Amino acid sequence: MPLTAEKIEQDLLYPIFHTSVKYWIAVGIASCLVLAGVAAFGYQLYTGIGVWGINSPVFWAFDITNFVFWIGISHAGTLISAILRLCNATWRRPVTRCAEAITVFAILIGGIIPLCHIGRPWLAFWMIPYPNQRFIWPNFRSPLAWDFFAISTYLTGSTIFLYLPTIPDFASVRDAATGIRKKIYRVLALGWQGTPRQWQRLEIAMHIMAIAIVPVAVSVHTIVSWDFAMTLVPMWHSSIFGPYFVVGAIFSGIAALMLAMALLRKFLHLEEYLKPTHFDNLGKLLLTMSLLWFYFTFAERMTTWYGNAPSEMTVFWTTIRQQFAPFFWIMVFCNFLIPVPILAVKRFRTITGTAIASCAIVVGMWLERFLIIIPALDHKYLPYSWGHYRPTWVEDTLMAAGFGAMALLYLLFTKFVPMISIWEMKVGLQPHGGIPVSTPEGEHYGLVLEGPLPLDEMR
Amino acid sequence: MRSLYGLYVDPESAQKAVDALRAASSELKFDGRQIIIASGEPHEGYEFTDSHITVSGPYRYAVLGGIVGGTLGYLLTTLTQHSYPILTGGMPLAPVWTNGIIVYEMTMLGAILTTLATLLIGAGLPNFKGVITDPEIWQGKILVGVVDPPDGCEPELERRLQQAGATQIKRS
Repeated sequence: MPLTAEKIEQDLLYPIFHTSVKYWIAVGIASCLVLAGVAAFGYQLYTGIGVWGINSPVFWAFDITNFVFWIGISHAGTLISAILRLCNATWRRPVTRCAEAITVFAILIGGIIPLCHIGRPWLAFWMIPYPNQRFIWPNFRSPLAWDFFAISTYLTGSTIFLYLPTIPDFASVRDAATGIRKKIYRVLALGWQGTPRQWQRLEIAMHIMAIAIVPVAVSVHTIVSWDFAMTLVPMWHSSIFGPYFVVGAIFSGIAALMLAMALLRKFLHLEEYLKPTHFDNLGKLLLTMSLLWFYFTFAERMTTWYGNAPSEMTVFWTTIRQQFAPFFWIMVFCNFLIPVPILAVKRFRTITGTAIASCAIVVGMWLERFLIIIPALDHKYLPYSWGHYRPTWVEDTLMAAGFGAMALLYLLFTKFVPMISIWEMKVGLQPHGGIPVSTPEGEHYGLVLEGPLPLDEMR
Repeated sequence: MRSLYGLYVDPESAQKAVDALRAASSELKFDGRQIIIASGEPHEGYEFTDSHITVSGPYRYAVLGGIVGGTLGYLLTTLTQHSYPILTGGMPLAPVWTNGIIVYEMTMLGAILTTLATLLIGAGLPNFKGVITDPEIWQGKILVGVVDPPDGCEPELERRLQQAGATQIKRS
């Protein structure tokens, strides 16, 4: 059955009005993980942060690994979506909302972790600059204060970027719903009518947001990398860290997005919307990022090896040959050796193939964050201060809870918001997919030229 | 708020309806601003949409918002550092490099928040009273009608909407 406005509406609103048993089972599992994390965090608050494995010299460990990992994952959505919007890539339409939602939830999860790490989360507001009797102001020279500003800006921008194109879809649900649900969506839709003026203003706002959010996204992960690069710790004090982190973030973000897309496609029956073409296109992007990641890793390691500074070489050999070598080689395997053959050969770049590659990359990128942080802190400049870190069950549980929270938030999101932008899919049905066609007389929208463009096959 | 509207299956007939209503406005004594158009998707390239009108305001306001945000960021960092000086070991009290990061983030935040404000004001949102909509627009139809039509001219309006190709005429 060909796609029509009616069918799009019906298909994409279906998960909001109908819930399967599988959905509740998934929500149950994710909730259990989150509850376990809440219990572990409660225990940590009651007992003190000593229940974590951190101690001198490793004061940052699993928590910061997870923080960097989740902020990296957040680069999937908004950045990809903004770039594709600016390029007017028509195949983006079914992908953008899945991606933007990942961004918002990943920043939320990532943003909570520093609050856990400060030990006294009820004093977190001390990070906010406001006049007070204690004369306590954030030190704006500290990368942690930069983090606060960068992540707040990114969260605000990404939430708005997700919400704006959702307003018309909320209006659509409002008109289809009844009872309390109608009242909730009435508020969320802000009284959207779909007048030409509203559409025009929405599209302009999305254009400006797309322009603004790209540099913000790049700055966020650069600033996260400066948490490390601004300190004098072996293998951290490096000018390559900014771009290295940004590339890693986009890499892990796209992998997470493709994994989410594969799951949504299967469980929400979105086969007619998330087509193999989307996986193929994103797979090519993932391949590029895998090669770039390998290049940056090689460049970082090569510079260290050539410099041959004793303190840096200690960390270098610890990760390549000694204590952390298994993790390092699993990382290389997961981030390069598994995905490259799968993604480079068209025959393997299928939905299943890209999902396998994405799974490997998510694991590999978590290990990459771990390997940047722990071995360097274990082996600082003075050998007498060397130590060893081992995570405790509290940290393991909090990490698992992070994944559970992501799954839970995403599941709840699918229940309240159409996972694919309905109105943008309908624009794709218009002649030439809503893209103006240039002729000597000017730009036209299918009024002069008839027939589909090759791009229509991908919408 | 009363309204009389027709539903159209394609933008061409919606355009005809809008033209017919505009032509009838002086005769039937209603203002052109009373004409309402609503759709479930933007239809660019038609006269009845606003896509042919160049709007530069939101872009300018975004730049202005960015400038305001950046200025606030500069003041926040510099005034703080001068009001609560700390020992810097001979380094500048208000360093340009590190403060620049806060200024940059606040600039972007200013532009983003201004864009949101411009959208809400420009699109007349939120608006919970007098929303004229029809569930059919989400099935691909376009709503064209008149808000608060003058008394006695409803049959004529209905005829003209019908003539333009309305599949349904409704009142709300």
